[in-house]
Amino acid sequence: MVNNKLNLSDQLFKKDIEKKFMRDGFGEGLLTAGEKDERIVVLTADLKESTRVNLFADSFPERFIEVGVSEQAMVTIASGLANYGKIPFCSSYAVFSPGRNWEQIRTTIGIDNYPVKIIGAQSGLNIGHYGVTHQGLEDIALARVIPNMNAIVPSDYIEAKKATLEIAKSDKPYYMRLPRIDSPVYTTDKTPFKIGKANILTESKIPEVAIIATGLLVYKALLAYKELEKNGIETIVVNMHTIKPLDEETVIRSAKLTGAVVTVEEHQIIGGLGSAISESLSKNFPVPMEILGVKDRFGQSGTPKELFEEYNLTKEDIIKAVKKVISRKNS
Amino acid sequence: MKYTIEDLEKIAIEVREDIVKMILKAGAGHPAGSLGMVEVFVALYYAILNHDPKNPNWEDRDRLILSNGHICPARYAVMSHVGYFEHKELLKFGGFGRILQGHPDKRFLPSLETTSGPLGCGLAQGCGIAIGAKMDKKRFRTFVITSDGEHDEGNHWEAVAFAGKNNLSNLTLIVDRNNIQIDGFTENVMPLEPLASKYQAFGWSTIEIDGHNFSEIVNAANKARAIYENPTVIIAKTIPGKGVPFMEGNPNWHAKAPSSDEAKQAIIDIRTMQGKIKTYGE
Repeated sequence: MVNNKLNLSDQLFKKDIEKKFMRDGFGEGLLTAGEKDERIVVLTADLKESTRVNLFADSFPERFIEVGVSEQAMVTIASGLANYGKIPFCSSYAVFSPGRNWEQIRTTIGIDNYPVKIIGAQSGLNIGHYGVTHQGLEDIALARVIPNMNAIVPSDYIEAKKATLEIAKSDKPYYMRLPRIDSPVYTTDKTPFKIGKANILTESKIPEVAIIATGLLVYKALLAYKELEKNGIETIVVNMHTIKPLDEETVIRSAKLTGAVVTVEEHQIIGGLGSAISESLSKNFPVPMEILGVKDRFGQSGTPKELFEEYNLTKEDIIKAVKKVISRKNS
Repeated sequence: MKYTIEDLEKIAIEVREDIVKMILKAGAGHPAGSLGMVEVFVALYYAILNHDPKNPNWEDRDRLILSNGHICPARYAVMSHVGYFEHKELLKFGGFGRILQGHPDKRFLPSLETTSGPLGCGLAQGCGIAIGAKMDKKRFRTFVITSDGEHDEGNHWEAVAFAGKNNLSNLTLIVDRNNIQIDGFTENVMPLEPLASKYQAFGWSTIEIDGHNFSEIVNAANKARAIYENPTVIIAKTIPGKGVPFMEGNPNWHAKAPSSDEAKQAIIDIRTMQGKIKTYGE
């Protein structure tokens, strides 16, 4: 049963549910944040339009800084801006930032705990055509391993907008990843969003499995839930939009309620959401787990559909993992 | 308070002794670069920077970023002399839980502008502060010290381009041109010359000075304040290990602590100079 308290879209399981881009949500949220707080400045490494910071740049040219294709300079300049008292947002692609400039983020933002916000767009396999070099599949791991750094992965356009507004208010460093493609807008303006507080999207009195997903694949987890429900398998679906700080309370409660967990992410299994959850459950409440993610492989060109099939990240793969974890639990 | 050149030279001798003692006591550190930049740090804290040791967070203070954090013994020693913390802390350099960490750590010593050590970041951080200050029409100046060896880093040149593009005239970079780095002489490891021309090509003003000559250092900093068109780099030619003859110009002393006997000899050498520190090229 869908959790009514969350005010999810009434089009939730409709075929023609509206689709929008999370990066648009980010760009619009950033503009609003910039209107509210003059300390916000925005830097980009030659990716103004595709990361949607052009909205901010057009309205606040005096607070917009183009650094050219230099991701290392972007974050170190942002460190200086934050040191002085600004709240900088740095936009690029996830492979380059926090990829190419990881040590600079660690040293000049992480250690001194500056409120720099790193936005990694074009994350995940979904970017399709552009291929392996541009598919950021390691960014969550890179971000969450840095002390002080927080990591957010929104799951639709509206959530991306809310997340942007929230991290803009924080005096802490954040990484936020964004996919390239559009996706179903399954939440509404009334859906609560609190950093570090996961949303339990579906409820059940006797759930057999907790499906904990993040980002673009949350909606696929909901589709899997729907089909499993038809087949008499009850699950709860958790939207883990904050990877760090991890909502351990919800993770543990979900594991206690179900006794089995499936995690779903468009990221390397090593170091991502599944890792974070197993780090928590292994010490708090170990249960059988299946981790769906990229299995220590690089990506390649293709349509998002082809790639999700090749890398076993479809609705059917989620259903298979749920059934497998149930059999492990019962054996 | 105004200081004469003679005053500053006396302070420089005390600072050099502090540096040798700190590195001896710690058993680790970077003596060559630290000794080579003594005059620059003394000049900055006594004659150039607008700063207040009693109010290190003063909003309108000049900022001093030390990019090549490994020469922190020189900065720490001078900071103690001007009153940022007690002089006796110097002998706890690099100790567990102490304010003077082995590389500069703002968490332990908040009066530092940045945590530093990994090379190539400092100029970009200075650019961030300087462009933020320009947005707010602030009058303070941002100074950045870098080594010459760290010019091998791409991050540094990205920042050089950025400062040139944005005409960051409120930014002064001081390059410690001592010609050594860990693996040997800079021109063998990765040639940097013609260094001044490279900066000019990126739209910077350049001033080349003897980094051991107080009047040249102070004059260059004053000249940079008066340049409104673009950022200025002061290339300070220094002798690594300056003041200790057996260390001078020797890359082996980049990151090596002296033995007790060597430290004794070093301090004797520093003292016998009696304030008459040889200048570059003599």
